[in-house]
Amino acid sequence: MSFAWAKPYEPKTELGRWIDDRLPLPRMVFNAVGGGYPVPRNLNYGWNFGVLSGIFLTIQIVTGIVLAMWYFASADGAFNSIEHIMRDVNAGWMMRYAHANGASFFFIVVYIHIFRGLYYGSYKAPREMVWMLGLVIYLLMMATAFMGYVLPWGQMSYWGAQVITGFFSAFPVVGEPIRVWLLGGFAPDQAALTRFFSLHYLLPFVIAGVVILHIWSLHIPGSSNPTGVEVKTEKDTLPFHPFYTAKDGWFAGAFLTIYAAVVFFGPNALGHPDNYIPANPLATPAHIVPEWYFWPFYAILRAFTVDFILPAKLWGVLAMFASILLLFFLPWLDKSPVRSGSYRPMFRIFFIILLVDVAILGWCGGSPATPFFVALSQIAAAYYFAHFLIILPLVSKFETTLPLPNSISESVLHGERAEAAPVGQSAPAN
Amino acid sequence: MATLEETNAAIVEGDESLRRRDFINIAAVSFAGVGAVAVALPLINQMNPPADVLALASTEVDISKIAPGQAIKTSWRKQPVFVRNLTPQEVQQANAVPLSELRDPQTLAERTKPGKENWLITLGVCTHLGCVPLGVGEGENRGDYGGYFCPCHGSHYDTAARIRKGPAPLNLMVPEYAFSSDTVVSIG
Repeated sequence: MSFAWAKPYEPKTELGRWIDDRLPLPRMVFNAVGGGYPVPRNLNYGWNFGVLSGIFLTIQIVTGIVLAMWYFASADGAFNSIEHIMRDVNAGWMMRYAHANGASFFFIVVYIHIFRGLYYGSYKAPREMVWMLGLVIYLLMMATAFMGYVLPWGQMSYWGAQVITGFFSAFPVVGEPIRVWLLGGFAPDQAALTRFFSLHYLLPFVIAGVVILHIWSLHIPGSSNPTGVEVKTEKDTLPFHPFYTAKDGWFAGAFLTIYAAVVFFGPNALGHPDNYIPANPLATPAHIVPEWYFWPFYAILRAFTVDFILPAKLWGVLAMFASILLLFFLPWLDKSPVRSGSYRPMFRIFFIILLVDVAILGWCGGSPATPFFVALSQIAAAYYFAHFLIILPLVSKFETTLPLPNSISESVLHGERAEAAPVGQSAPAN
Repeated sequence: MATLEETNAAIVEGDESLRRRDFINIAAVSFAGVGAVAVALPLINQMNPPADVLALASTEVDISKIAPGQAIKTSWRKQPVFVRNLTPQEVQQANAVPLSELRDPQTLAERTKPGKENWLITLGVCTHLGCVPLGVGEGENRGDYGGYFCPCHGSHYDTAARIRKGPAPLNLMVPEYAFSSDTVVSIG
């Protein structure tokens, strides 16, 4: 589906017509990312991160396939095969650093993408399905990243596998059998490593499949935009190509420059030195933390220290899973008819507090479990849930929103004086 | 840069053929193209043999235990190598063949080292599609010409391991080697 004024696909050559009659693939591309897909004309740089996520998924799949050509999923040989890739394989160091840092950048991009959606209310009707499919992608990414981190079979890999599969042992009765079943043993070993490798190779393609559904469901209503006002006329849109292909292209180049700088000049900046020590099932590293992109969840996990009806361990695990599952209900928790945070002054304040809160959770998750950090993560975790379960519903009920522009084109083409007005403040009519 | 002047000139003349935007477009796409090539090269190069494989590119073989008429199979770069001590009859047989009869004309002398004509060292890789020919082991089929016989597709090699019959295009390859002493050969 698309807007009525979308340019229809017209093959220009005889061959193009011949193909279009038999396999309308060029037509599909034209209608999805070509001149036949009208997009709101006022998208800001926040909207570049969807395409960028796709680029990083591709980078991860390409470098991952290369690494799998050299990697052995063997408890005895995995660590050495990684060192072999680093030292002997042509450009192997580059492939591995591109993949390891690619994971971090994939998460950076996806987090910006998610928070953009949170700020501009992109999860609201009619885009609930887009939002939920995005969360499914995010969960799959977390599973994939975790299993990938286990593969080098260093100390952090091993103990990461031990701790994360340990989550399941928190559940009463069935927990421990599930943990043993997941590992294929009583501790991480050959069976766990081989299945993690198998699934680590599989899941990116599952992600790619869900990405297709995500884009499909997005293309039904079309992209949201910084005003949150729906597209009304042709004046509100621009064709995806050449306008957004150019913008996405230039932004991808700029962002990949930062990525390349990290890959080449600070490839281990985001990693842990302990993972260059081969796995040792008899000694845990003194300070075990997950990769940075899991820190907020790790902080929530550790925030529960007191048994209350249920054991503290189970509370921690439940809260950690709940912190993400909660987001599936977000479209129905935030009932405000106004989408964009730019027109919601109260929401905007709480949104900024949420950002700070998640950053604090991340800080706690990356720090040792000292009493200070445990206490801080308890406050921050409580606030995280309060934001979604209490604050958002109340804000959407009591907030006075700013007047919305009549249309996207009006908000874009409203003259110099209004253009210079502070974000979200309605300009005097000219 | 000349381009800017050209662009300005084009605007002055109202010439639509080279606009500033065309230049930016071509420059941007070219830049991306260079980037794509820079990424593609290591992606392709990584499939080449890694340093540890290249480090195994030479091997030493002790030939003191090989009696005339016997052969051994050894390994070089993970490929089989045949080392054969030819009998005087086999040398004679090989030298008696006129070069015009051969598909890949080479004399025995060209395939061995001077003064060591009885030592025939070849890869044990059929030049047809890479199977290991028979003829090294005791009692194995040595083909119609008394050298090696490849069971996969029926290539016959003579006593100098030259192709004589069957689909293979070339003689069994003679690797680079040198006699480190009378009893030790260094291959590769």
